[in-house]
Amino acid sequence: MTRERAVVPEAEFRSYYGRPVIKPPIWHEPHMPTYLYLGGMSGVSSMMAVMARLTGRDRLAGTARVAAAAGAAFGAALLAAELGRPERFLNMLRIFKPTSPMSVGSWILAAQGGLSAAALVGPLDGASPGGLPDVLPGVRTGGPDGPLAGVLRPLGDAALLASGVTGPLTATYTAVLVADTAVPAWHEAYRELPFLFAGSAMAAAGAVSMLGTPRAHAGPARAVAVLGAAMETVAGEAMERRLGFLGEPYRTGRAGRLMRTARALTAGGGLLAVVAGRSRTLTALSGLALTAGSLCTRFGILEAGRASAADPKYTVVPQRRRLDAARERQDS
Amino acid sequence: MAERMGFFTDTSVCIGCKACEVACKEWNQLPDDGFVFEATSYDNTGMLGASTWRHVAFIEQARPAPDGDDGVERWLMSSDVCKHCTHAACLDVCPTGALFRTEFDTVVVQSDICNGCGYCVPACPFGVIDRREEDGRAWKCTMCYDRQRGGLEPACAKACPTDSIQFGPLDELRSRAEERVARLRADGREEARLYGESPSDGVGGAGAFFLLLDEPEVYGLPPDPVVTTRDLPALWRWAGAAAVSAAGAVALAFLGPRGWGGSRGRGRWGGSRGLPGSHGVLGSRGGGGR
Repeated sequence: MTRERAVVPEAEFRSYYGRPVIKPPIWHEPHMPTYLYLGGMSGVSSMMAVMARLTGRDRLAGTARVAAAAGAAFGAALLAAELGRPERFLNMLRIFKPTSPMSVGSWILAAQGGLSAAALVGPLDGASPGGLPDVLPGVRTGGPDGPLAGVLRPLGDAALLASGVTGPLTATYTAVLVADTAVPAWHEAYRELPFLFAGSAMAAAGAVSMLGTPRAHAGPARAVAVLGAAMETVAGEAMERRLGFLGEPYRTGRAGRLMRTARALTAGGGLLAVVAGRSRTLTALSGLALTAGSLCTRFGILEAGRASAADPKYTVVPQRRRLDAARERQDS
Repeated sequence: MAERMGFFTDTSVCIGCKACEVACKEWNQLPDDGFVFEATSYDNTGMLGASTWRHVAFIEQARPAPDGDDGVERWLMSSDVCKHCTHAACLDVCPTGALFRTEFDTVVVQSDICNGCGYCVPACPFGVIDRREEDGRAWKCTMCYDRQRGGLEPACAKACPTDSIQFGPLDELRSRAEERVARLRADGREEARLYGESPSDGVGGAGAFFLLLDEPEVYGLPPDPVVTTRDLPALWRWAGAAAVSAAGAVALAFLGPRGWGGSRGRGRWGGSRGLPGSHGVLGSRGGGGR
């Protein structure tokens, strides 16, 4: 926050042989950060599919639907593989527990996975998928046939609409999950992390739809990518500035290298996306840069969390300051 | 519910014998810690973990002597253990319900439920619980739940030769600890203080608390531990704001300036209205099926 807070008072800081006070996150690479990427990509792809469907952009809607379903399915598989006892992954749905972001998140992901998969059946219907069915008043039915030709399309569209609710949750709940730990660089960043994750997810989903849709139809995907890259960059900057001393793990070591690479790829990919409309090469470059940037962000976040847990100063110094401040308030 | 039971670990009488570590391992049949020589005084377990449920810390404090020789001024020894917090982060975040609160107000993992998600590990503000990699599940001190149910005291307390580890009803232990601190201070040991005894601390008070002779961080304990789930409403509010922002930004990307919309930006709600020729691949197939 202030310049004073950025200076580490090594002299005041005591520890037990420099050992960590807390345990570092034991989540593995590449499982956990890749899931963060896939979950975010899936969530925003659902939102894009809904918007594309509502505005009659069928090619884009098709790409985004597939991206949403694939991201959720592969992401869930990675999470199961990450468990110490993968055969017990269904225990995640044994209870619903509001105090556990992982329990809430498991239900969100289960809904997102189910809905995004169900949404895939819509385009399989024989009728034209040009618009929404009559169930929504004021919105036209699609296709030259007029009335609904089958049941798949309304079912798929209903699932798609519902995934417009689970999508944003899937893209952001992971920030709550990591922030609800004793890991200093994660917990203290709880304000900016959801925006960083949401921006990263938008950049990732925009990139996938840019790459998977003919350029003439991919305008909104480019716009999502640009807005996402901007949101991620601004949130990341704001986070590191506000954290001050606790922002150090995001700037140093392997985490620092990953976060700097992510920043460069995301900003570069975002700028390219602005001008990529007419060029196949620029579109490919932009999409790949944004995808790599989003992945680097997720790996960087995990690494920064580990680094901040491994060094006791990040646990002890802020807590000691808090205690001293409380004592001063009491004395005065 | 039975009375809340707890540990009071009075480190001022700990002699570092590690009988508690051994008794815990014996009773709970814990695997070895790897037989590591830590080169940190007489400590060879380092910190609490999946297979180390009591950990004896050794701190040698030196004071520069006038003749330039650094003599050991005093030894601090302390047997660390799971704090069995009133507001336990591990229990809060456990998604399967494997962690539960017992009738003795202690916190225990049910190993037949735990699926090894690992969330409790970074959630614990004391770094107590850990996953045993060869087994895939999370483990920690149960305050000898099985022995307590049989009316016995936990193995570590039973084995402690100096009564540094005391087991009993928490209220009783707290008043006993207050008296002990008062006596030590009256004897001139101003540095004596209790750690984890106050229900107003960041974890609502610990079921296992300590009498320390220096700052907590010297023993590897966090000076002001907090259960982060207390901030959950704020965490979800910020995530909600981010989710709404993302949804708004996506909507803007589709409904915003015409230039962004690509070739299908003609009609906002259903661009194919009245333009059958503009159907995509799927659209023309639908038409053909008529």
